[in-house]
Amino acid sequence: MIDLKEQLKAIAVQAQEAVAAAASNADLEALRVKYLGKKGEVTAILKQMGKLSAEERPVVGQLANEVRQTIEAQLEAKVSQIKAAEQKAKLESETLDVTMPGEKAELGHRHPLSIVLDEVKEIFLGMGFEVATGPEVEWDYYNFEALNIPKEHPARDTQDTFYITENMLLRTQTSPVQIRVMENKQPPIRVIAPGSVFRSDAVDSTHSPFFHQIEGLVVDKGITMADLKGCLFDFAKRLYGEDTKIRLRPHHFPFTEPSCEIDVTCFRCGGKGCPFCKGEGFVEILGGGMVHPQVLKNGGVDPDVYSGFAFGVGLERLTLFRFNIDDMRLLFENDMRFLGQF
Amino acid sequence: MNLSKRWLHDYVNIDVTDKQFADALTISGSKVEAYETEGEELSNIVVGRVETLEKHPDSDHLWICQVNVGAEENLQIVTGAQNLKAGDYVPAALDNSVVAGGKKIKKGKLRGVESAGMLCSLGELGLTVNDFPNAIEDGIFVLGEDCNLTLGMDIREATGFNDVVTEFEITSNRPDCLSVLGLARETAVTFGMDFSEPVPVVAPGEGDVNDLLKVSIEAPELCYRYVGAVVKNVKIEPSPRWMRERLRASGVRPINNIVDITNFVMLEYGQPMHAFDLRYLEGNEVIVRNAKQGEKITTLDGIERELSEEMLVIADANKPVAVAGVMGGEYSGIMDDTNTIVFESACFNGPSIRMTAKKLGMRTEASSRYDKQLDPKGCRKILDRALQLVQQLGAGEVVNGVVDCDCSDKSDFTLAFEPDWVNEFIGINVSADEQKIILERLGCKVENGIITVPSFRGDLRHKADISEEIARFYGYDKIPDRQLAGVATAQYTPEQKFERLINNTMLSCGLSELCTFSFISPKSYDKICLPADSDKRKCVVISNPLGEDTSVMRTTMLPSMLETLARNYNNRNAKAYLYELGKEYIWKGTDELPAEPQMLCMGMYGAGCSFFTIKGVVEELLYKLGIEDYDVEAVKDNPSYHPGRTAVISKDGKVIGTVGEIHPQVLENYGIGTKAYAAEISFDICFELSQLKRTYKQLPKFPALTRDLAFVCKKSEPVLMLEKTIAQAVGKNLESIELFDVYEGSQIPEGMKSVAFNLKLRAADRTMTDEEADSAMKKAVKALEKLGISLRS
Repeated sequence: MIDLKEQLKAIAVQAQEAVAAAASNADLEALRVKYLGKKGEVTAILKQMGKLSAEERPVVGQLANEVRQTIEAQLEAKVSQIKAAEQKAKLESETLDVTMPGEKAELGHRHPLSIVLDEVKEIFLGMGFEVATGPEVEWDYYNFEALNIPKEHPARDTQDTFYITENMLLRTQTSPVQIRVMENKQPPIRVIAPGSVFRSDAVDSTHSPFFHQIEGLVVDKGITMADLKGCLFDFAKRLYGEDTKIRLRPHHFPFTEPSCEIDVTCFRCGGKGCPFCKGEGFVEILGGGMVHPQVLKNGGVDPDVYSGFAFGVGLERLTLFRFNIDDMRLLFENDMRFLGQF
Repeated sequence: MNLSKRWLHDYVNIDVTDKQFADALTISGSKVEAYETEGEELSNIVVGRVETLEKHPDSDHLWICQVNVGAEENLQIVTGAQNLKAGDYVPAALDNSVVAGGKKIKKGKLRGVESAGMLCSLGELGLTVNDFPNAIEDGIFVLGEDCNLTLGMDIREATGFNDVVTEFEITSNRPDCLSVLGLARETAVTFGMDFSEPVPVVAPGEGDVNDLLKVSIEAPELCYRYVGAVVKNVKIEPSPRWMRERLRASGVRPINNIVDITNFVMLEYGQPMHAFDLRYLEGNEVIVRNAKQGEKITTLDGIERELSEEMLVIADANKPVAVAGVMGGEYSGIMDDTNTIVFESACFNGPSIRMTAKKLGMRTEASSRYDKQLDPKGCRKILDRALQLVQQLGAGEVVNGVVDCDCSDKSDFTLAFEPDWVNEFIGINVSADEQKIILERLGCKVENGIITVPSFRGDLRHKADISEEIARFYGYDKIPDRQLAGVATAQYTPEQKFERLINNTMLSCGLSELCTFSFISPKSYDKICLPADSDKRKCVVISNPLGEDTSVMRTTMLPSMLETLARNYNNRNAKAYLYELGKEYIWKGTDELPAEPQMLCMGMYGAGCSFFTIKGVVEELLYKLGIEDYDVEAVKDNPSYHPGRTAVISKDGKVIGTVGEIHPQVLENYGIGTKAYAAEISFDICFELSQLKRTYKQLPKFPALTRDLAFVCKKSEPVLMLEKTIAQAVGKNLESIELFDVYEGSQIPEGMKSVAFNLKLRAADRTMTDEEADSAMKKAVKALEKLGISLRS
């Protein structure tokens, strides 16, 4: 019996050394067979158990099981060790130069004007404004007359107009949509109307005969200039950030009264004053005012019951500001090297 | 409008910095563009007196002057000017001084003689002989009696060249603010002060104006009032410095006393005046009448102009002497030998002046003021002011009386005083008393609930106009900001959502968005090879275009796209994949607005790009838009596209669009040296055909079988026809059919091609057997055999 015990202990020591020395899964499998297989050494000991006394048998049996379990555990540990080592080697061999460029995902680029317009639309949609449209080739009536700008009115000087016929023209502003919306819908009205407009200005870095405006119109009972101010303050904050302030300056538009120009905190200097804002700390972005009662009437809305405000923004101006673009012509040249930046 | 601070201070006494003034006026509605101090760049130039002067020993033209600048010791200054004598007062630029143009002066030696600075000419101070008519242009500016001659005084102060000029942007509704008095009134109200306009007083003279001048208005609808006065024994000379410097600061060149008076009064009151030489008024008569058709006048600028009947002229008994409110005639002006003059102070119909100036192509200072409709009530006092100045300057003898032809409406314009309505409309709370004070300071009368609007405020015609006056002087910055009340329920329309879907799909397909002008050159239609009689050449034509390149509204977006592709190609961009969602404009005659259909145009070129690249994008787009089972047909006769590589896509007889390779001739016309592809898709048709409601199809529960089939057919046979025939023959168990090879060449007879498809078959309710699949293949083969197309062996 002592002999068997000693043999088992010897096997254990031997096996441990052998497992530790094994270098591959194949070596380990051979060791498993050698020690634990049907004809293995531990099995061979167990087979000799029959010779033992009833007292000795459980003792040796237990020891044999312990030895078996130890060897199994050692084998298993060694297997994972080898696997980990193999994986490590494989991963190392797979190392890439991660500083090499990625494969280009070929997505298209949205035009910068559209990027800003989308943003403006989202802001106003969130404030309950629907998006309206109107024709670009327009009647003189909608573009001028209905907006309190009769023929020979001096305000026509500032909007050099492309005429098609005496009464048909390319709209010089998105304001005619105000009349068209009112003609088709009774208040409450809350719309913006983005679109192309045309003026007889030669192309240079800040002018283009084709550009875009975004008109806004709110008509309801009890609308005041405080609503105009609040609404555009909200817009400015959402577009340029919470710290943005606005400044209203009196101005003149024939179709609003009172009228104003709206400045926002200069986004270059944050209001401290810089060359861009000519030291003002403010930059003009909007024009607006209370809809002139005659304009409401022209749109079929009773000015004794309703009041409203309207505003207009130049999309190019917002876009040039947003992306720090210094030449408006780039917007219409559509060079891929330009478009690809957005 | 440039405003002289000095002049303003003649009428309003404010004590604020220039910046405070500019900010306050901007916020109350008179926008300040900029302000600057005259002579700002000059420094260290003082009044000096030449005590002695001697010839430079080494020069035949230099003088050595000892100049007293009020210091203990005289300065020695060398000058090359020849117009000096001892005792002359001169501008002396000292060591480390700056003259006009930013040039720095330091002491130094001239031909070995020390010079402590420089004596200055008018030009070196930034002045001209118009500012100081007694000085000379080439030579040192010898200060006259109209300068302060205190030795050592800063030259700007001594010459009055230190006014502050504020530049205002005045809106077209406020012609009254294009004047010193108008802005003085705005200033007073802005700073909460009362303002009263000075009343000009003319001292009695001799004679009777009616003996010398007759005036009649024959076109009272175009001339509301004409007041004339006569000044005899005119003495033409320079006007005094105070007048000259006010004109200079206002940006007007001083000329002589009479001309300066007319300009001075115009700047002060905002209404132009005119002075005629009585010698050239035949019959001593002024007739304000319409021009005769074809009548000619040579205007002051020396150009002969042909007039038409709707224009208004100032005429004498025989001929026009001025285009009313625009420009005087050649001989009507003031000459050096003028003896008797007629002053005109008149008020014309604004729109008529505007039209005349535009037609004659001569927008003048006068016309740009008159076209904003001035106030007939102002004519008399403005004339009186001119006469007062004549007397003050001793420029002539004013003949007693004026000739006043007044056809104007003399009634006052009134509005109800509704302070509560104003508060409600603006969203403020300003008491009735405060409102009244603002209005009264502006020149309104407020009595018994009625506002009488001053005649010079033609822009106050509605209670909303009154509300603006209250709001801007109360302060726009004090109006509270209120959030819009009510529930926000806005959403995009189906069309707008559809637009967004198109944009997103295009971007995902790798196309970048364009933005191009809606107007193009009519020559573009030649460049895209449209036949001469093509309907697309009937476009919306701009009657007054900037140039031919932008003279017609496009009826097709293709030229805009090709131009962009060409620009990218010329800029050596290796590839360009582009799209634009834009409008085309279809002429419907003069009584109807043009149709403005929305179109999607795609264009591309670059390595690896083929007809099938762009067609693939179109297919992907149509899939995303929910348009399936459409027809594709080859078109050979679209002149802009390759006859063998162009397709029209349609469904239910509606044309969705065209996709193809650009015709080589068109590419050549645009200078594009590589193959390019384009597609033009109708937004409206797509929107109409779109079925965006998708329903989920169950994922397959049973396995699929795949089969490959290859056929040999004529080269001209469309693959789509084969595909459709196979699909029909196989029936509902055909899950998909995909073309995977088209082959021509060895083993295939000349003129034929091999077309190979991969078919996937699957039954929804069971596992299909090989036998079933084989039998389905047989059906397909049979169906094609009927068309003379056989399986490739």
